[in-house]
Amino acid sequence: MDPVFLSRLQFAVATMFHFLFVPLTLGLSIIIAYMETQYARTGDKEYLRMTKFWGKLFLINFAVGVVTGITLEFQFGTNWSRYSEYVGDVFGSLLAIEATVAFFLESTFIGIWIFGWKKLSAKAHAGVMWLVAIAGNFSAVWILTANGFMQHPVGYTIRNNRAEMTDFTALIFNKFALLEILHMIPSACLVGAFFVMGISAFHLLKKQHVSLFNRSFRIALVFGLVSSFAVAFTGDLHGIHVAEVQPAKLAAMEAHWDTQANAPILLFAWPDQEAEKNLWEFGSLPGLLSFLGFHDFNATVRGLNDFPKADRPPVLLTFIGFRIMVGLGTLFILLTLVGFFKRNRLVDSPGYLKIMFWAMPLPYLAIEMGWMVAEVGRQPWIVYGLMRTSEAASPIAGYQVMISLIAFVIVYGLLGAVGFFLMAKKAIKGPVPEEV
Amino acid sequence: MILQTTWFFLWGLLWAIFFMTDGFDFGVGTLYPFLGKSDTDRRMMINSVGPLWDGNEVWLITAGGVTFAAFPKVYAVMFSTLYTPLLMILFALILRGVAFEFRGQIDSPGWKRVWDTCIFVGSAVPGLLFGVAFANIFRGIPFDSQGLYHGNLLMLLNPYGLLGGTLFLVLFMVHGANWLAIRTEGDLHDRAVATAHKLWMFLVALAVLFLGASFFATSLYDNYFKYPALFLIILVTVAALFGIKYFLTKQHYFKAWFSSAVTIVGATFFGIAGLFPALYPSIHDSAATLTAFNASSSPLTLKIMLTVVVIFLPLVIAYQIWAYNLFKGKVTEDDLEY
Repeated sequence: MDPVFLSRLQFAVATMFHFLFVPLTLGLSIIIAYMETQYARTGDKEYLRMTKFWGKLFLINFAVGVVTGITLEFQFGTNWSRYSEYVGDVFGSLLAIEATVAFFLESTFIGIWIFGWKKLSAKAHAGVMWLVAIAGNFSAVWILTANGFMQHPVGYTIRNNRAEMTDFTALIFNKFALLEILHMIPSACLVGAFFVMGISAFHLLKKQHVSLFNRSFRIALVFGLVSSFAVAFTGDLHGIHVAEVQPAKLAAMEAHWDTQANAPILLFAWPDQEAEKNLWEFGSLPGLLSFLGFHDFNATVRGLNDFPKADRPPVLLTFIGFRIMVGLGTLFILLTLVGFFKRNRLVDSPGYLKIMFWAMPLPYLAIEMGWMVAEVGRQPWIVYGLMRTSEAASPIAGYQVMISLIAFVIVYGLLGAVGFFLMAKKAIKGPVPEEV
Repeated sequence: MILQTTWFFLWGLLWAIFFMTDGFDFGVGTLYPFLGKSDTDRRMMINSVGPLWDGNEVWLITAGGVTFAAFPKVYAVMFSTLYTPLLMILFALILRGVAFEFRGQIDSPGWKRVWDTCIFVGSAVPGLLFGVAFANIFRGIPFDSQGLYHGNLLMLLNPYGLLGGTLFLVLFMVHGANWLAIRTEGDLHDRAVATAHKLWMFLVALAVLFLGASFFATSLYDNYFKYPALFLIILVTVAALFGIKYFLTKQHYFKAWFSSAVTIVGATFFGIAGLFPALYPSIHDSAATLTAFNASSSPLTLKIMLTVVVIFLPLVIAYQIWAYNLFKGKVTEDDLEY
């Protein structure tokens, strides 16, 4: 039992599971804060019912997201102690700042929001929700800044046999991290928007609580439309930067083996890591990879064979993950655009509503794939170009990790099942009836 | 030197605040099956900590984060050598967190029983294991200069470790009972007060035993004999310990709770002051001991983090006090959210 492999698996399980809940927290918190603000401004009781209905789903999701985040912070120490020791001077500070400036705010004010309905004025209560939303997203900013250091280390020097911080400003304005933030936050908003649209579509199809869910759908639609364009736009910028600083990842994303100018994009292929080529390819669009990576059809794009075998990321996962993410991203633009033209006759568009109901899981899939591309594509490095994942694990016995991995799978599996079951139950039940 | 020393005590302070705040949540959760006779009692108990536990738990995240930022080597070695107990604590905390939210979602006795168990386990296990872990740290952990653990899990369950664990758990239970005395009324309130009185006797016995055992099992007192002024910490802690009983008898429950809070902070600092400058001592090889001076981050990182903490922690404390103040009255059936 190889502790490195098991620790990687455990970290992947823990992160991807956590990331099933966090994006909805980020996106939905903003939508709810907007709804509650509308209530505070207009006094329209329907906005209050909306806030409470979506709030109930939000809180179940929030609980699972929060508790699964705690293990992540400690796993760097438990499973990746060599890594923690080597880069803690730089990386640790970002996690500590996240807790101090953002997570405290979010966790303290969520309690106030849940219990403060009678203690605070409507305006103050809505303000509390904004604090929760802002703090949650700000927390993500710090986590991504920390991840940005792993992707593209800056602001440090090697001293005393470890990475030591030399430039805090460079660290927090790391271009890689900024692009990750600009790409990830709107992606999370997209998860929130499709969640609201999907559940609203369910009720609109059944013609129940029509006014409330029509409004909810339209709020989420605008939110989703803007987000889907933002995700694509920042994704493109991010891709260019990856091409520049992580060329091996770009090559793996595209299963691009041989360095060439006017490099093509493959619609689909089946890459074989051992054979160092694609077993089959389908649909080659000449020059497009050069264009996407460098905004120049004639640019030379380095292929995987240009990198030592030991420095190549797992190609298949990176390639497929990227395909799914981009395909879905395009679909989201189409779906929200169609919705925008149908926005005044949603109830009369059962076909579209059905599609939007079934589309609910897709942003989840897309965002998980995006995360996988970012993290698997960074391999074999834990800190790109600086430290290998294989050198980073704790000196602990494989069986210890095996046991904890099994515990993670069981506990998280049950947690996820119960969490989604409860959310589905409350979503189907619908909002409290109008007061008489 | 000064930076590292400052961070050493900040590190201790963060753990102390975590034990002081989440400590009464642990206590309430541990007392939960014993004091919560009816479903309403139980809901009252959950709701008494409901608005605050989440914010309290962040002190743990911050203590962990600050260990990472200021003493990366301690973070690395401590959490990897305490791999299994730490993960047990974290899983327990996961169960507690979701149990509060999930319990009220379905109105069935079987469903509630599952989450009731989770609340108890998720409170008692961390309460006990944090005590076991810290007592073992006071004593020293068997690891070498490579950060490799020499021994097995059961070694942590030595008599001194178990004594520390019991002391922590009982202290949290008294703290939790005091909290319930403040925030509940009627029968539940009376039972909480009676429990606090009863547990207090036990707590005094444990405290005396622990102070004595520390003399034989650890070298904590070396610092005390070197700087006798440190005995003030023990004095204040013992005074606070007796303050609990005094104020309970006078029925000043907030003051009793405040006294148990001071007792917890004092007990933590009793160990921290004795450890200095070690954060994570090794009994396998004293050269491997991690101290504030050989395991810290660079001066730049320490300075930046100090700036962040000096600005933001007072802010955090201010809005948390505001939150406590907002929910200071008795919990009534009208307030139940969970």
